[in-house]
Amino acid sequence: MPHTTRVLRSEWTKIRSVRSTLWTLATALTVTVGLSALICAFTASQFDKLTKQEQLTFDAVQTSFSGSGLGQLAMIAFGVMVVAGEYSTGMIRSSLAAVPQRTVFLLSKVFVAGTLVLVVGMATSFLAFFIGQALLGERSVSIEDEGVLRAVLGGGVYMTLIALFAMGLSFVLRSPLLAFAILMPFFFLISNILGTVEATKKYAQYLPDQAGKTVTAVVPESLNRPYGPYEGLAIMVAWTLAALIAGWIVLKQRDA
Amino acid sequence: MIELRELTKRYGDKTAVDRLTFSVRPGIVTGFLGPNGAGKSTTMRMMLGLDKPTSGDVRINGKRYDQLRDPLQYIGALLEAKAVHGGRTAYNHLLCMAQSNNVPKKRIDAVLDLVGLKEVAKKRPKGFSLGMGQRLGIAAALLGDPKILMFDEPVNGLDPEGIHWIRNLMKHLASEGRTVFVSSHLMSEMSLTAEHLVVIGRGKLLADTSMADFIAENSRTFVRVRTPEPERMRDVLASVGIRPVFEQDGAMQVEGMAPAQIGEMAAWYRVVLHELSPQKASLEEAFMQLTAGSVEYHAHEQGPTPDGRNGQAGRRRR
Repeated sequence: MPHTTRVLRSEWTKIRSVRSTLWTLATALTVTVGLSALICAFTASQFDKLTKQEQLTFDAVQTSFSGSGLGQLAMIAFGVMVVAGEYSTGMIRSSLAAVPQRTVFLLSKVFVAGTLVLVVGMATSFLAFFIGQALLGERSVSIEDEGVLRAVLGGGVYMTLIALFAMGLSFVLRSPLLAFAILMPFFFLISNILGTVEATKKYAQYLPDQAGKTVTAVVPESLNRPYGPYEGLAIMVAWTLAALIAGWIVLKQRDA
Repeated sequence: MIELRELTKRYGDKTAVDRLTFSVRPGIVTGFLGPNGAGKSTTMRMMLGLDKPTSGDVRINGKRYDQLRDPLQYIGALLEAKAVHGGRTAYNHLLCMAQSNNVPKKRIDAVLDLVGLKEVAKKRPKGFSLGMGQRLGIAAALLGDPKILMFDEPVNGLDPEGIHWIRNLMKHLASEGRTVFVSSHLMSEMSLTAEHLVVIGRGKLLADTSMADFIAENSRTFVRVRTPEPERMRDVLASVGIRPVFEQDGAMQVEGMAPAQIGEMAAWYRVVLHELSPQKASLEEAFMQLTAGSVEYHAHEQGPTPDGRNGQAGRRRR
């Protein structure tokens, strides 16, 4: 068996053999789907009370994915635990003694965790979409409508990218505490505040989460961005790559 | 065979490991000795490619560690700090290491059995005692059936039964023709297991010698003399050209005379003796003398030592 395949199997064993994997991913799915369903049900009942402007730019797909703001935090937690957990427990020394080829180690870990998160992210996205549309009733859209499938697939990709971004940053920070302390408030509060405040709005829309969100929108006016869904996704991919490359440089340079 | 060549590690302006050059030979237990903070663990981490040397290098069978494919089949290591995820069962911990290094699964059960952890294979190490954690670390080191084994302070924190077990294990591994490299800050521990000694202090090589030579060179015999008239006794001894060394409590150490001669001389000059006993300096003492100038953190001694040597050297530690 080639070396890389063996390292991939080893990383898979590592991921499936700790409890944090199950509970972070299960939380990401249930929180996103549950909260989205709640918001959809609420929106459907209150739709007539929305302003004309809000009704015109209403995005049924985006709404059925509105729980992801909270659900993504569990995805971030997964990314942090998978990487920074190696450092906080000391496992990293066993890992690197077993696989001293650090680039292979990082790529294998990112690939295995990324694939798992993609599967869970897609399941989350499709579940949230179908349940949400069912609850929206006459305001709902069909998966066959223009841009809808792209938005739903995009939702799964968004979840994956946010977890990979957290992994990259965790390779840089190496401490779960530090990674949580930076990532959680940032994606839960700071990014949203910067995106709402008039003065910072035009910069904040290039932050990873804000840019990535455009891929889940079908009605462009609902977000009002100077770039389209694919450009938004590309911006988020760029952020994720930057985080992973930074993590790779730190892993290559520093003592374990 | 492990070869270190001019191995150096600096942290800022502090040199932790200073141009270390020595080889670890196969088939014997080599003790790696030095006071706390001498650079033993740093050296071992560099040997495993975990820390990057500032200069110099380490070769394992002629290769750098990161050039080894399936390194666990060449070299197994127990590091001082724990290197296990507390939430992953002992079996799964070994499984992920076995998978990446092409080690057959049946080795996992074999090593768990060998270290006596078979019963807790499906348990998470979070709840393990220090001794059990140490055993799991040893199981991981033995997993790939490597020809070279490295243990960093393996007996630290173990109960007597565990210490006994590890000593025998190391001897057994060497008798199978394996290279065993084990660090310790206790000479007494090394004298029981090691055939060869590498001593470092403040990152510098102080000795690279066989245990037999070290004992022959360093075991000093002397006679302890205790008297209420130390000044007179000193003059008596000085008359035959002997300068005694004073211990902290006022007793004298006399070298180069048999107890009988000293007793007869004291009787001739009518000096009262309270003690006249032949002594053998411990290896621990020899080790402390060797590393005296390079101890990183000194405890403050109570009062000056009359013999002018490092205070710790005059103490008896067993």
